[in-house]
Amino acid sequence: MSGPEDFKIPLGPQHPALKEPESFSIALKGEKILGVDIRLGYNHRGIEKACESKSYLQAVYLIERICGICSHTHSTCFVQGVEELAGLQVPKRATYIRMIIGELERVHSHLLWLGVAGHEIGFDTLLMYSWRDREVVMDILAMVTGNRVNYGINAIGGVRRDISQEQIKDILAALKTLRERTLYYIEIASKETTIIERLSGVGILLPADAIKLNAVGPTARASGVDIDIRRDDPYAAYSEVEFKVITDNHNDVYGRTVVRMKELLESYNIIEQALAKLPEGPIAVRAPRKVPAGEVLSRYEAPRGEDLHYIKANGTEFPERVKVRAPTLANVQAVKKMLEDRYLADLPIVVAAIDPCFSCTDRLIEVKDLDQGETKILDWQKLQQLSIKYNQQRGLDFTAAGKRLQRLMEK
Amino acid sequence: MLLDLFYILVFPGFLFLSAFALWAEYFDRLVYARLQNRVGPPWFQPTADFIKLVAKADLVPTAANPTFFRLAPIIALTAVCTAFIYIPLWSTSSLFSFNGDIIVILYLLTIPTLCFFIGGWYSTSLYCRIGAVRTVTQLFAYEIPLFMGLLAPALLANSWSITEIMQFYIDHPWFWAFNLIGLIVSLIALHGKLEKAPFDIPEAETEIVAGGFTEYSGRLLAFLRMTLDIEMIVGASLLAAIFLPFGLQSGPVVGFLVYLVKVLLIVFLFSIARTIFARMRIDQMIAFCWQYVVPLAMVQLLINLILKGIIIR
Amino acid sequence: MKNPGKMLFEVLNHLFKKPATVNYPFDGSKMPKGFRGKILFHPEKCIGCQLCVRDCPSNAIKIIKIADKQFEAQIDLGKCIYCGQCVDSCLKKAIEITSDFELAQLDPTKLKITVKGEPPTTPPPNQPNNA
Ligand code: SF4
Ligand code: SF4
Repeated sequence: MSGPEDFKIPLGPQHPALKEPESFSIALKGEKILGVDIRLGYNHRGIEKACESKSYLQAVYLIERICGICSHTHSTCFVQGVEELAGLQVPKRATYIRMIIGELERVHSHLLWLGVAGHEIGFDTLLMYSWRDREVVMDILAMVTGNRVNYGINAIGGVRRDISQEQIKDILAALKTLRERTLYYIEIASKETTIIERLSGVGILLPADAIKLNAVGPTARASGVDIDIRRDDPYAAYSEVEFKVITDNHNDVYGRTVVRMKELLESYNIIEQALAKLPEGPIAVRAPRKVPAGEVLSRYEAPRGEDLHYIKANGTEFPERVKVRAPTLANVQAVKKMLEDRYLADLPIVVAAIDPCFSCTDRLIEVKDLDQGETKILDWQKLQQLSIKYNQQRGLDFTAAGKRLQRLMEK
Repeated sequence: MLLDLFYILVFPGFLFLSAFALWAEYFDRLVYARLQNRVGPPWFQPTADFIKLVAKADLVPTAANPTFFRLAPIIALTAVCTAFIYIPLWSTSSLFSFNGDIIVILYLLTIPTLCFFIGGWYSTSLYCRIGAVRTVTQLFAYEIPLFMGLLAPALLANSWSITEIMQFYIDHPWFWAFNLIGLIVSLIALHGKLEKAPFDIPEAETEIVAGGFTEYSGRLLAFLRMTLDIEMIVGASLLAAIFLPFGLQSGPVVGFLVYLVKVLLIVFLFSIARTIFARMRIDQMIAFCWQYVVPLAMVQLLINLILKGIIIR
Repeated sequence: MKNPGKMLFEVLNHLFKKPATVNYPFDGSKMPKGFRGKILFHPEKCIGCQLCVRDCPSNAIKIIKIADKQFEAQIDLGKCIYCGQCVDSCLKKAIEITSDFELAQLDPTKLKITVKGEPPTTPPPNQPNNA
């Protein structure tokens, strides 16, 4: 099709390929992508600001809810920072448990990703199978922590639940099934023609670009960049277990798949080692409510890459400032590069291949008026007014419906 | 006259066809679900979906061309229903037949594709337009192998009438085996025509929402989905009639059961194909069709030409 | 090395297997022991120290003094995030967590529950009145 040059199609904020609101505006020529505009900001929740009005203890739960998939990532990253500020010595057993949950989380996240990737390339069977197998690890997480997501196992100074002997047995049994299935998926991914055709050569990110664009995690490792916070700056008990950092030099979506699948096998190894070595002792120390003034930067290798938390304490019960840099924010820049010269059909899988988590990434909305060059910040009320006005202009009036909703809520 | 009307409207005409199409959709979805280790929908799900859609309001986008937008689904549905009348089901005779009906059926089966294009194009939304263009692009990939695959047996039987083709294969019992390549080619091409995974490129959900169908709702969407269901039955019946000439002379009851088994077998093969492949890209699909399927169809034509030479001599 | 239809045998195998999904809600779904669900309040144990109220991350629980040494809890299940922090904070073990997770409601008023002991007759222990 030879459309005009500015044939632009919107992908998002609502689109079946995206699980979260985000906007990609794609300039197309036929099926070919000419350019992509990425806009973040549809899902800003103000968590960083809200943390300032919560005590450290409460903030852990809030921070945990930054992401539904890597919730342990954020809470561990946060408590590690606070513990450093407060000078707490976390018991060995607690660090091991944190590491085990962290790896279980990586397993569930990578299996989830495999399913999503399958769905994006129209291979729903892969989605159904990998999500079915993911239930195994979800059940383990629910059993150990008491929740399927947002585990709530971290507390400042340790963990809240211990792992019992029977649970260890269950985990080991689950790992056996999972390892078998993972090997099967690796075989499928490396043999099934349609998968290879759709994945290899798609979304190329050369090592130099990966470094320049600050890619992290599997996205960077699949471009041959050897970084992993677990090894480079060990936290929890990672310095006491042996594992390989998986890298790959396919540089494309196929490489990212391989890296994630192989990382699953490494995770199983780590969990097995940790369970075998699990030291005896208490699982938490008492944490003070007030944290001495100071600031700290905490790092954690999330399933999607490096997660960064900056915490500033002012000696009270409440943090002065919390700043989160989720891995997707580091990776999203690379998407534009990956989409150069690709087809529309590749877009969903290329975006999915960085395993994006947009709501973790989202920042304040800034409406830039390009004509006047000034920046406006809309608060909630203004935004609401704007939407009411907009809809009224189009002949839609929600006032009555809004009142009814209000009444219903007040009841 | 009345009897004819009954044949056309009730059995084995539209009513039976619709019921069978809905049931076949259920069968397809159930097999698909089971292959994926899921429970799957209850038996009335496709019917319930249909009734629900029919009961909903039709929305026509302001920018769309209302005439074409509304007409496209109706013409598509009419075309596939008409095609069904000419296909012999459980004996060698169909409701209406004449010399050349196989060509007419093939043409009638092309109409829905064109209607999807027109409906998608005139809804003017961006996703629809891309979907519509993909529909037509895909048409060029599968239509030729489909024609070649289906006409090869006709060539051997030396007739353009399905009734006569079937008679030929009954008279020459093992000749159907020569058409196996044609059967495979036609299955692949029909799969592409039905826009099912891995050829569901024109309605690729994760890329262009629902392709040409994106703007459709209510009754019109119900018609479109019904068209696809009926097209599956019509296509499968056509393949069954031409490539699988079994159980045609054992009376209506057995013949009918054999017919059902044949169609469901083809639907089952489609369900499996839907399960084990990832969606192709449009360029890959076209390359696949022209690099592998068309040459296969040529081989079939060649085989049949040579065979024909031998028989005639 | 490439092999189209690699999963064929695996999927055909599944034709004869029991589905992995269940027909929820008809066949139900179970959560493991220790799952964090709805919280239970035992009014007779509470001393009104308000520790739980202070630590609750989502202000979902309120403890109100209704008479001398008698307290009622107002729990908003719509706000509660089922973290179990109040259970950990309470020194008197007056709050307990259950694995009851099927709490969805059409009527928002039903999500607000008040738990109090019955003053004259001593209530049976562990059987709070969830009215
Ligand atoms: S479970 Fe958590 S959110 Fe719910 S009342 Fe207790 S502390 Fe508050
Ligand atoms: S912490 Fe326990 S004792 Fe104190 S008010 Fe809460 S429920 Fe009552």
